[in-house]
Amino acid sequence: MTNEVHEDELHAYVDGTLPEPRRIEVEAWLAAHPADAARVQAWIGQNQSLHAAFDSVLNEPLPLNLVRATRRPAIPAPFKAMAAMLAMLATGLVGYAIGLGSGEHAPAAPTYLARDAAIAHAVFSPEARHPVEVDAAHAEHLVAWLSKRVGTQLQAPDFGAQGFELLGGRLLTGETGPVAQFMYQDRIERRVTLYVRRAVAGNTTTSFRHATENGVDVFYWIDGDFGYALSGQIGRQAIRQLADAAYLQLATAGAKP
Amino acid sequence: MRVRPDLIKHLPRLRRYARALTGDVNRADDLVQDTLERALAKLDLWQPGSDLRAWLFTLMHNLFVNQIRTKRPQETVMEEAFDEPVSGGQMEALAARDIHTALARLSEEQREVLLLVGLEQFGYAETAQVLGVPTGTVMSRLSRARERMRQMLAGEPAIKLKLVK
Repeated sequence: MTNEVHEDELHAYVDGTLPEPRRIEVEAWLAAHPADAARVQAWIGQNQSLHAAFDSVLNEPLPLNLVRATRRPAIPAPFKAMAAMLAMLATGLVGYAIGLGSGEHAPAAPTYLARDAAIAHAVFSPEARHPVEVDAAHAEHLVAWLSKRVGTQLQAPDFGAQGFELLGGRLLTGETGPVAQFMYQDRIERRVTLYVRRAVAGNTTTSFRHATENGVDVFYWIDGDFGYALSGQIGRQAIRQLADAAYLQLATAGAKP
Repeated sequence: MRVRPDLIKHLPRLRRYARALTGDVNRADDLVQDTLERALAKLDLWQPGSDLRAWLFTLMHNLFVNQIRTKRPQETVMEEAFDEPVSGGQMEALAARDIHTALARLSEEQREVLLLVGLEQFGYAETAQVLGVPTGTVMSRLSRARERMRQMLAGEPAIKLKLVK
């Protein structure tokens, strides 16, 4: 005879937290009590419906304002502006410090490009299972899709000569709209990412700039309406070489009719 | 020097829970942002080695409860709208979003327990810790939430059964 099964144990059965011997006893109880079995079945269905309805949120690109909110230094407000100033000085971009005091409402100047690119690199490059949304096997589709969303004809540079293969890409959201991220990997699984987004109006073409954000080297530049940033932790020189290659290939592609 | 724990890896689950809890993309992400800000401000209060995820959900719960308190009149209006009788023509629309509708019709207390246990897969004791209530309270809310959901979601098949006969 099975001991009387308590209501709480029916829930524990549904949630898979019953110890094995008791689970078998509860199963026997359910076989003999159809009303309880129907309730348990409905509850299991509810758990499944919840996952079906909301698991897709896990795969959504993370809004960059939230990613940024996980990294904001927990320092008193009066020091924030000063910290931003020091960061600007460190990267030799004092000119952009104007207007940064309020933080949130500062324009997405090139420094933000570097920081956002570095954050996006840090978030997705360690991913073992889903580093990219669309893999390189569907490169044509990937480029067409990202081009459409970002609003320009994109190109994934070829880093074969530098030993990096295209892994794929994903679509992110940034302050200036959709962002394309291409990810590359070399033979020892080091990863670099190319981050492309529309530049803020008023920003004009710039030369290469370098920034280090939380140990991630970023080379970035603005070419016409778009900002590009190449990020990785493979040494400054190696990133620079990849950035040179990307710049050359993208400029050449752009010159074509 | 304290090592700052990485909050990013908890972002996707915080967003999923907030989305299900509020039923609204923007409200959910605002709640997540508030949670992160509070987490960074109070990080010194977090015990290294303890469950960071449970702590973050606790912060989110507290913020959510505060929000409900201040927005109560609006919520009540929404509840009434949901309780309007559903005509036959509306059945299809209801079926399409039934899990969302049913969730929205639960009390906040029941919805939180149902989601923490059924979606986020917290244990009963962990859920009690997140919500700051005894485990017995979690069990009774869970039971009521699941039964209420069952009645709401069972509405349509019951009607269909009648039509077949």
